Amino acid sequence: MSFSSGTILKEFSKNKMGMTGITILIILVVISIVAFVTIPQESFKKWNDPANWLSYPKSAAPSWINYFLVQKIPEHLILSPHRTVEKLGTINVITDSFEINYNYDSFPSDFIYQFRTTYDGSPLLHLSVTRPDGIELNLDSLSLPYSDTKTQYGNMIFSTDQMITKNIIYDISKMKLPQEVYSYNDLIFSKFDENKVLKGHYVFRVTAYGVGTDISMAESKLILGGKVYGLMGTDELRRDLAMGLLWGTPLALFIGITVAIGSVFAGLLYGVFAGFKGKLVDESMMRFNDIIYAMPALPLLIILSVTIGNSIFLLVGFLVLFGWVGIAKVSRSMAMQIKTLQYVEASKLMGQKDYKIIIKHVLPQLLPYAFASIAISVPAAITTEAGLSFLGLGDPSFPTWGQLLHDASVYNAAARGMWWWILPPGIMIAVTGLAFVFIGNAIDAIVNPKLRR
Amino acid sequence: MFGVLMATLLVTIALVGSNMDSILKQSVSLEIREQVTSNKGLLNSFKTSSDLDQYIQNQINQRISALGLDQPWYSPNRIGLAMYKILTLDFGHAKFLTSDSGSSDVKEIILEKLPRTILLFTTATAIVSVLGIFLGAISASKVNSKIDKITSGLAIVSSSFPVWWVGVLLIFVFAFLYPIFPPRATPDIPPSDPSYLISLLNHMALPLITLVLIGFGSWAYLVRNFLVGVLQEDFIMAKRAIGIDEKKILFSHALKNAAPPIVTVLALSLSGSLGGAIITEAVFDWPGMGRLYYEAISVLDLPVIIGATYVLTAFFLVSVFVADVLYGYFDPRVRRQ
Repeated sequence: MSFSSGTILKEFSKNKMGMTGITILIILVVISIVAFVTIPQESFKKWNDPANWLSYPKSAAPSWINYFLVQKIPEHLILSPHRTVEKLGTINVITDSFEINYNYDSFPSDFIYQFRTTYDGSPLLHLSVTRPDGIELNLDSLSLPYSDTKTQYGNMIFSTDQMITKNIIYDISKMKLPQEVYSYNDLIFSKFDENKVLKGHYVFRVTAYGVGTDISMAESKLILGGKVYGLMGTDELRRDLAMGLLWGTPLALFIGITVAIGSVFAGLLYGVFAGFKGKLVDESMMRFNDIIYAMPALPLLIILSVTIGNSIFLLVGFLVLFGWVGIAKVSRSMAMQIKTLQYVEASKLMGQKDYKIIIKHVLPQLLPYAFASIAISVPAAITTEAGLSFLGLGDPSFPTWGQLLHDASVYNAAARGMWWWILPPGIMIAVTGLAFVFIGNAIDAIVNPKLRR
Repeated sequence: MFGVLMATLLVTIALVGSNMDSILKQSVSLEIREQVTSNKGLLNSFKTSSDLDQYIQNQINQRISALGLDQPWYSPNRIGLAMYKILTLDFGHAKFLTSDSGSSDVKEIILEKLPRTILLFTTATAIVSVLGIFLGAISASKVNSKIDKITSGLAIVSSSFPVWWVGVLLIFVFAFLYPIFPPRATPDIPPSDPSYLISLLNHMALPLITLVLIGFGSWAYLVRNFLVGVLQEDFIMAKRAIGIDEKKILFSHALKNAAPPIVTVLALSLSGSLGGAIITEAVFDWPGMGRLYYEAISVLDLPVIIGATYVLTAFFLVSVFVADVLYGYFDPRVRRQ
């Protein structure tokens, strides 16, 4: 029954399954570290703030699906400018040009120009586009509100603005082209003889003229609205799902490991104490154990999270509350066997205190078993938390994988074919669970000689 | 066993009680205010508004003490009364929820929902256990063969997927991508219609497939592990030496000896699946106990919560009891002790 940690390590490194589990676990830990390092802590809170996600597309599929499609779906692009600054006499001119090779087979849904400037006086802003066929379309020109002192001003220009439509109609009418059939927005990207995308190199040019005054552009970006975005796509609320999945990893590991360690050690101490004391103490402790064991866990968990609270830390506590029972039973029976061993009796005769015997002689014997059960009970904790979150009873301020799936079911992702919203979180849950099951089974196979064949 | 049932119910009442009381008190005061303001004659008989307030407050207090709400939920009187009512299977009337036929009697609601849950989960468990035992026996007879490895792999993989997620996935694939089955499991025909049963079965297909798909792998693995242990025993060797057919040894002799733990696990998993039904039924919109429970908790309908907890716990305890009895039947050594 006893193993030195050296032999366990040696056996474990030979076990293919165990090593696979460890590898997956290391990858997950690396992902969590990446999440912690690359994503600032405050943005956790912005997950549920719609204002944070304005520049993202709505319900966009992952961008890599274009590799499998013949008809390329336009990607959601956030372009940053190439800037030139010149001085024409008393006029300061800032020109931001946005270049893009548009090779997709359908039109972008819209475009948005977002800017923030610092100026005084009343500068002018001019927006135009040069198409691959050399035609230049004037889109918009506007003067920024007059100000005596230096002010900051930020705004967005939407492609749906009346002004832009009028300008396009004017430009097109000079060319005498059949324009009735097209939506004016699409005209920018369209061939003139048929309603198809004109592929090629587009340059959007934004020019700011500050007459006799200073002007500087702090922020300037052009967003071409598309239907695919990023590595994992976005959801109905424009949130970047890659971000949510990334955040979910450390959360799931935290929940799973904390619950597993908490409940295994609680159960271990409870069971060992009961088994070691024996008699009336044992009897009453085991009856209490039976009562908890017979309680339906999930219904009570739901009641607890509805009535007491659904903070993620409380949830961990609730899961521990129902998790320790089975382990207590097994460790009690193991402790009863160890109790009869001669060296334990010897130390008892020497007058050693009970708790010292338990800590020094009984608990170390149970440690391998404890590690195996920690690893095996992690997946259950993760899936239970995901289940509660899925029912909408989880902590809404943290984007766990269950929370993502809950949102997916609220917005009917299945019916709308948004597989990128449903598949990845579940696969992540399963992969995480699998890693721990592998590790647990490997340790179990080593410390439990019955399973060896 | 009975103590466990009572303890569970006590915990439930303790958790929901105080919230429930404040909700009840609010609804009482709202009700009385409405009654008084809608009665014009009564309203005109008061001279000042403070008189009116006084009158309403008196009425509310009277009603509250009539309902016993003036005592806290943990007063021995109220708990004793609640326990007595539960013992006599009188769960009272639901505050918000009703059964499909419109009755608000908790007993009727539960009796309406319970058969559906039992139908779904018992069918699933039956299919899973038959499949599992068969597959487990085959892989136990050929340890380390391809079938064995596939079974073990399936068991591990399927146990780490959440059942409800597989459910969502199957709904996505088989209800929307390839519309073979209806996406929601609630039959759309009234129960009196003769084709109701067919519709019910059609709607049951998707949840059933999910449960079987997730369940049978780990079942087969379990059976296999028990059987491998039995197959190594001496009496099997002896039977082989006599020349009894390998199949007969496997299915009648070995399986019978592995039966006690299998039956225990079967009984426990059956009752465990009833508890797990909450999420599964929410996903598939299956009109059973699980969904009833979920709805009851989300509107804090105490009588329904208590009734459903009672039934779920009772089921669990009965199946533990049945498992013990069956264990004694299959393993006579336990009986003689």
